[in-house]
Amino acid sequence: MLTIKNLKAKVEDKLILNGINLQVNAGEIHAIMGPNGSGKSTLASVLAGREDYEVTEGEVQFLGKNLLELDPDVRACEGIFLAFQYPVEIPGVSTVNFMKTALNKIREYRGQPSLDAVAFLQLMKEKMKLVEIDQSLLSRSLNEGFSGGEKKRNEIFQMAMLEPKLSILDETDSGLDIDALRIVANGVNKLRSKNNATIVVTHYQRLLEHIVPDFVHVLYKGKIVKSGGKELALELEAKGYDWIKNEMELV
Amino acid sequence: MAKDNQVLEEITSKEYEHGWTVNLEADESPKGLSEDIVRFISSKKQEPEWLLEWRLKAFRSWQKMVEPKWANVKYPEINYQDIIYYSAPKQKAGPNKLSEVDPELIKTFEKLGISLTEQKRLTGIAVDAVIDSVSVATTFKEKLGELGVIFCSFSEAVREHPELVKKYLGSVVPMNDNYFAALNSAVFSDGSFCYIPKGVRCPMELSTYFRINAANTGQFERTLIVAEEGSYVSYLEGCTAPMRDENQLHAAVVELYAMKDAQIKYSTVQNWYPGDKNGKGGIYNFVTKRGLCAGDHSKISWTQVETGSAITWKYPSCILKGDYSMGEFYSVAVTNNYQQADTGTKMTHIGKNTRSRIVSKGISAGKSQNSYRGQVHVMKRATNSRNFSQCDSLLMGDKCGAHTFPYIDVENSSSKIEHEATTSKIGEDQIFYCLQRGIDEEAAVALIVNGYAKEVLSQLPMEFAVEAQKLLALTLEGSVG
Repeated sequence: MLTIKNLKAKVEDKLILNGINLQVNAGEIHAIMGPNGSGKSTLASVLAGREDYEVTEGEVQFLGKNLLELDPDVRACEGIFLAFQYPVEIPGVSTVNFMKTALNKIREYRGQPSLDAVAFLQLMKEKMKLVEIDQSLLSRSLNEGFSGGEKKRNEIFQMAMLEPKLSILDETDSGLDIDALRIVANGVNKLRSKNNATIVVTHYQRLLEHIVPDFVHVLYKGKIVKSGGKELALELEAKGYDWIKNEMELV
Repeated sequence: MAKDNQVLEEITSKEYEHGWTVNLEADESPKGLSEDIVRFISSKKQEPEWLLEWRLKAFRSWQKMVEPKWANVKYPEINYQDIIYYSAPKQKAGPNKLSEVDPELIKTFEKLGISLTEQKRLTGIAVDAVIDSVSVATTFKEKLGELGVIFCSFSEAVREHPELVKKYLGSVVPMNDNYFAALNSAVFSDGSFCYIPKGVRCPMELSTYFRINAANTGQFERTLIVAEEGSYVSYLEGCTAPMRDENQLHAAVVELYAMKDAQIKYSTVQNWYPGDKNGKGGIYNFVTKRGLCAGDHSKISWTQVETGSAITWKYPSCILKGDYSMGEFYSVAVTNNYQQADTGTKMTHIGKNTRSRIVSKGISAGKSQNSYRGQVHVMKRATNSRNFSQCDSLLMGDKCGAHTFPYIDVENSSSKIEHEATTSKIGEDQIFYCLQRGIDEEAAVALIVNGYAKEVLSQLPMEFAVEAQKLLALTLEGSVG
């Protein structure tokens, strides 16, 4: 589904991604771990098409298309979803209205007719159950005055609504208490299918107890320095990131 | 951010939609302003002597006044002798039935999306159509007449209901109130008149549609609405003008008079030609609007969506004279390219326990300047009065300006005033968030701006709210990019 080859990206003059290689297939969950400043969030942003980063080298193929050539909204329409680490507030725009606009834009891109109000509401009700979110929250201005947990749950709700092919969760666990973490993880697990894939970007192993990855990659100084199965996350937790750092220094 | 600015630019550079002209034969006065012109207008309209005298008095006051310069707008000196003060589309004097209206005129309004043929209108909205200086048609007259509601052109009101016009004309905005109001009082040519009898709740929206067509012409219309005890009316005005290279002057006066327990809701969607991308042409919109809450428990509510005009100078105000009366002002003002707006309100609390509420949302894009200017004045005897003001500014790009000039003057200690103000920019983060959900940049800006203005737009009558939303998006189209 997604093939990243030797991806390098910089912000201003600082090289943040320094040759990333990654293959993600349909049905898989990949976890990207790493210490602060290793480039995890940058990778998520570059895949989503944020302008602040300049890709200097490498290529990214997504479902046979050159992803780096596509505008961010086209990437979204093609099926890439980013659950933001810090979801922004949009005053006066309810989640319902926002989702209706987004869903119909994506449907338009795919040549599908717009959903009418009844069909939309039905779909919304169904997805609300999935992520245990309350309708009153969805009628409020997007993310305005939401708690940390509500924001993240809202991100997963949007993911459920848009049914992306590739979801990227950028530190979705940060700032969540254990109950919120469980609800968010449950949502992600229920949305999992053999046709979609997920990249979970996280600092801690904690989230991976709830969302079990097929692969774990460790990012350090803009490169994937270690890959393995889910046990790698446990090893990291036990030994700490210094283990990776020391190992890298020795090399 | 560079990309952001590009989208901003694209959205703000959308061309004006109503910039066409039609070839209507016009009956015009010679250029310039003098007592003779005032007499010319009055005689054209076959007005009674008292009205001519009133006009002449206004003209003489105007001659002694100086143009106000305190607003935060810049424009070259206006040559008042270079303006045509009266222009009427030629047609058989005063059409009584719609069937007598020039088909070219009906087409003009249909082009604007306003049907003057009653059977075609699905919604219950009565329309008075004013082109250049005169009213050309008023719809649903008979139906309103059954309830005793008078809704007609100002000229007709002068002919048919002189006692009402004489009693209320200038009662809220005196003929010598200010420079532009005095000018209007001298040369006003038409407008709408509306009278709601005691206890009647007007069953449909009343609306006036203004269109400037002729070149070199000023438009000076007057609107007068009188709501008797316990009555209710919701009124809407809309306006457009052709694209012309020269600036055109529009100096209107609106007077609202609310008796005990009466309620007037006045909404404006102002879309005069704003000038081109380089600031050439456009309407100077210098308007005096004021409402008097004369009776206890009366209420006047202004809602305005200002998207057009090269310069806007406009402060719809409320005089809260009756005890427990209430004034409201909801405004969205959008400026783009080289537009300038200095707009706001004045709430004068005279009666006890009076309340006022101000919600102003400015949106500046391009190289425009947008100012909010508001005054809250609570007089000594207006005890236990309250005001809440909220003035928000939204900036798009980095070449525009937003300014706020609030004046607060409270003469007693039992009243409460609250003022909140914010300034924000459409964030790159907000736009990226929308993009990431598949919403393109233009739709994203429209979504964010409409969200920002929602509190005001929701005050508009339902179908106009939809229109206004589209208009906002259109005005800002091309301004992100």
